[in-house]
Amino acid sequence: MEKWADNKAWLLVLPVFVVVAFSAIIPLMTVVNYSLQDIFGPGNAVFVGTEWFKEMLTDKRLHDALGRQFIFSGLVLLIEIPLGILIALAMPKKGWSASASLVTLAIPLLIPWNVIGTIWIIFTRPDIGLFGVGINSLDLLDIPFDHTARPAYAWVTLMAMEVWHWTPLVALLCYAGLRAIPEAYYQAAKIDGASSWAVFCYIQLPKMRGVLTIAVLLRWMDSFLIYAEPFALTGGGPGNSTTFLSIYLVKLATGQFDLGPAAAFSLIYFLIVLLFCFIFYQVLLNVGKGEKIS
Amino acid sequence: MKVQKRTFALLFYFLLLALPIYWMLNMSLRSNADILSTFSLYPSHITLENYIKIFTDETWYSGYINAMIYVSMNTIMSLAFALPAAYAFSRYKFLGDGQMFFWLLTNRMAPPAVFLLPYFQLYSTVNLIDTHIAVALAHCLFNVPLAVWILEGFMSGIPKEIDETAFIDGYSFPRFFFTLFIPLIRAGVGVTAFFCFMFSWVELLFARTLTVTEAKPIVATMTRTISATGLDWGLLAANGILTIVPGALVIWFVRNHLAKGFALGRV
Repeated sequence: MEKWADNKAWLLVLPVFVVVAFSAIIPLMTVVNYSLQDIFGPGNAVFVGTEWFKEMLTDKRLHDALGRQFIFSGLVLLIEIPLGILIALAMPKKGWSASASLVTLAIPLLIPWNVIGTIWIIFTRPDIGLFGVGINSLDLLDIPFDHTARPAYAWVTLMAMEVWHWTPLVALLCYAGLRAIPEAYYQAAKIDGASSWAVFCYIQLPKMRGVLTIAVLLRWMDSFLIYAEPFALTGGGPGNSTTFLSIYLVKLATGQFDLGPAAAFSLIYFLIVLLFCFIFYQVLLNVGKGEKIS
Repeated sequence: MKVQKRTFALLFYFLLLALPIYWMLNMSLRSNADILSTFSLYPSHITLENYIKIFTDETWYSGYINAMIYVSMNTIMSLAFALPAAYAFSRYKFLGDGQMFFWLLTNRMAPPAVFLLPYFQLYSTVNLIDTHIAVALAHCLFNVPLAVWILEGFMSGIPKEIDETAFIDGYSFPRFFFTLFIPLIRAGVGVTAFFCFMFSWVELLFARTLTVTEAKPIVATMTRTISATGLDWGLLAANGILTIVPGALVIWFVRNHLAKGFALGRV
């Protein structure tokens, strides 16, 4: 669609600009301000330049948290995207069963994030949880299952929770993409005698490319920013084994009141996110273009 | 045969999806002593005492009221701000439109933890700590960009000729926008409202930081209980079940537009 060129359109964008600037730019400037000073108390601060940035960039705990974050977000994508596609393919196409499936799928998405943590604590605890008691009664593990005791168990629980919570989003997106494929494509494939695998590779997957990009974008970003669920489930432990970037940042900022380092960390964190955001945005734009040409 | 296998797998998945929620429901209908003493797959002595406690104790039920207030405020604010902006993005080319759109997107992706410290200071300075409006405004950070994004998708689906015809017919811009255009994209407005509701309802970090007592939402009340002594699992579970209810109701109303909205109007 050809757009009208008119700079007066800025007037329509202005309210959004003001409200988002109030909640984004002013706070961000405050963070920059903190990151360059050593603050002892109100009105008692010393300019320290880039010292906090140097300290944070060489902070081993930050490197560990970043590493864990990449592993976590990577695993999230590896598990949730294929699973979501499979669910979307298996879902009924019309009628009451389609509505019922959609509603069932959407329910985990509308549960407050720390309640998700609570649900999984109750579900996996070794004394009262169905999963915890169940797996321990099978007697398969050398050490009884307890997500607060061992890093491996904490990770398994966390991944199970994450997959349980967010795979429905991927499935819903893929389902929307599948519904947008015209029936004629399938009829043509039938006439050609294409196998269902061929239909998937040459019709469904290419047509889902747009929604899949959005799914990957949302899942990567949101798992990168994850806070409430691990906070409620493990509190970052045992040890530091599930301390992701947000959890470490909040610990640093509100637990120890290290404003300077926390602010420097915030900015580094924000820049990493911004970088990925930019890459994904470019991909999104180009995906749209490719479809228009074809 | 193949179709049946698929349906079976899907039903199995839904069973896994429902199991943790069922378990919480089970816990919510039992007393704490019962939960800790016996392990049982279903509540044998059903009791409603957990729910009664929530509905009679103000520290609990006010959490729900507070959350509902700021979530509604945020939804209305996000829509009011985003509608004109989304129209501008879908219809006009203007200086810096691409950059502006990307900047909005980055706010949806910004880590809330980054904004935690300055938010407390900023809202203290303007005397808004512990008010509903503070949380509603803070949630605008990610909801307004999202609303613009979804609405822009829906609006771009409406041919521009409609606008041109209306202007030729002598409609003023506000009259056209409110009487003709918004009714055309009402599905999109509904989906956007749903998403704003959802993301504001599930958010914890801002809601917990910006409230003390007067506007404290239920999710924050629940985290205090977790850290307090002597966990009451039954009460916690009942609270959890009650936080699912509003979301489930909203889902039912928008179920037909849900999938499209999840793709942010870009299908």
